[in-house]
Amino acid sequence: MLDARATRIFAWLLLAPAILYVLIIVAYPLVATFQLSFTDASLRRVTNWVGTRNYERIFNATFAEVILRTFVWTFCSVLLKMVIGMYGAVLLNSAVPGRSLFRILTMPPWIVPMAIGIFMWGWMYNGQFGMISGLLQRFGLTDGPVAFLAYGSTAFWATIVTDVWIGVPMVTIYFLAAMQSIPRDLYEAAWTDGAGRWYRFRRITLPLMAPAIITMSMLSLIATFNSFDIIWILTQGGPSGQTTTMIIDTYQTAIGSKRYGEGAARAVVICIFLSLFCLAYFRVTRRLSAQH
Amino acid sequence: MTEATQPVPVPPPARRRKRARDGAMIDHYRWWEVVGIYAGIVLFLIFILAPFVEGFLVSLKPLSELFSTPYSFWPENGSFAAYRTMWTSVPGFWRYIVNSFLISSVVTVVVLALVIPAAYAFARFSFKGMGPVLGAFLAINMFSGAVLLIPLFRLMRTFGMLNTYWAMIVPGVAFLIPSAIWLLRTYMMRIPKELNEAAYMDGASQLYTLRRVILPVAAPGITVVAITTFIGAYAQQFIFALTFNSRTEYMPLPVGLFAYFGKQEVIWNELMAASFVGITPALIIIFFLQRYLVGGLTAGAVKQ
Repeated sequence: MLDARATRIFAWLLLAPAILYVLIIVAYPLVATFQLSFTDASLRRVTNWVGTRNYERIFNATFAEVILRTFVWTFCSVLLKMVIGMYGAVLLNSAVPGRSLFRILTMPPWIVPMAIGIFMWGWMYNGQFGMISGLLQRFGLTDGPVAFLAYGSTAFWATIVTDVWIGVPMVTIYFLAAMQSIPRDLYEAAWTDGAGRWYRFRRITLPLMAPAIITMSMLSLIATFNSFDIIWILTQGGPSGQTTTMIIDTYQTAIGSKRYGEGAARAVVICIFLSLFCLAYFRVTRRLSAQH
Repeated sequence: MTEATQPVPVPPPARRRKRARDGAMIDHYRWWEVVGIYAGIVLFLIFILAPFVEGFLVSLKPLSELFSTPYSFWPENGSFAAYRTMWTSVPGFWRYIVNSFLISSVVTVVVLALVIPAAYAFARFSFKGMGPVLGAFLAINMFSGAVLLIPLFRLMRTFGMLNTYWAMIVPGVAFLIPSAIWLLRTYMMRIPKELNEAAYMDGASQLYTLRRVILPVAAPGITVVAITTFIGAYAQQFIFALTFNSRTEYMPLPVGLFAYFGKQEVIWNELMAASFVGITPALIIIFFLQRYLVGGLTAGAVKQ
């Protein structure tokens, strides 16, 4: 109907500003990171080409540990987010009075500036005067104060709990919306056949929510893998590197120690992992949309 | 995109009651089920709200009480004193709030200016090359700022943007583009194509159609995108502000408070008071716009 060529030109013109912006601010730095990773760039040194030396250097036991830790951290956090988010969605989906108020009350962690929520957790984890340690002592669960952020193993879990706390509202609301788009007739039919609540959840809700669960866990996986603020504010990767994930490690190398070349090599490794996640994500969503 | 995958807004209670009797029976709970649900919700909300409750109580306590053992949950001599004193003792608090608003506003305007035409193109036109471009836009979401920091730092230094507001605005925009495009595109796809055709019949140019026909119809969607972008800008991209700006006078609230938080002697009750003042706008937005936010959040993600 409309002139095809003119329309196409018009469409590209509409896209041009956004494309240009993203090329300069995202695509160019990505390429530049790749290029930097083969140099010995630092704050003062003149940049020299060093081949793959940065890569050979970073693949050592410490970095292997960082990679492993990143995956464990991400996996635990995403798993907890999915489980707690589903739990929340089921509860908020039940037809009890007051549920719209409860829905509002789940949102604050998602919407307030992340850093501020993390300060509050920082205080709660405080060993001497914090709430968690205080309550544990009051109920006699521990003898003395527990400084959660001072020991590797507790700090590791403390950062996960905070990350879960920030992610749960979005997962909950998203699952809730997915749950409500399931046709009610299915539940009514199952109910008529005498199926109980748990059975209906397991046989109707869960299977029909599979696409939503997969989508959300992929998105969550990428966001969690990239998580910086929580660990940086709570522990800055410490104590003695026990909460250092790949992102934190990259930041410390590149910005903290100003070893740009080595930092860039780490960033490239992160990009490779992220690309793999991306690829898996697009694969899975394409397969899911093909089924419908 | 089919109707079934559309996000379903919270159904109003009236419609639910009109449902068949079977449906009503499904929602009929025994008393112990009701107790169980409420207990579950309380447990869930404790997890979600505990930091805020504790933070608020801390802001009410005098310091002596805060640093006393054994720990007590409720303040004994609670007062709003910290809310008065923090304006002077948290250095530059006013500045942080103003900066946050300024940065978020500019980011929102720039994002809208870039995204409205792009989303329209993605929603209305389809031909070779458009799919990959859309995919590329969405892929930005997956790369965190941390991997781009070094070249961005150099880029900013070259253009003299370090330690200015632009240091936070320019990279902030890039990372808010994907979700804004996604949301607005979904919204614009629901606008009937007949509007375009009618405008074409009347001899309107493409640009005129976009400006005078589509934009007014899309206004509610654009509003939602503006709000979510503003919140996103206000809340996130901590890493850019931390790295590209070291001047107190340009710091946005989260980084300004972090600089304060990182010091040895933190006046905790005032920090918490400052945090609460800082998050009030967000809390007000949640309260009034939660329905839009839920719709906006899910519209972007449910659609595949």
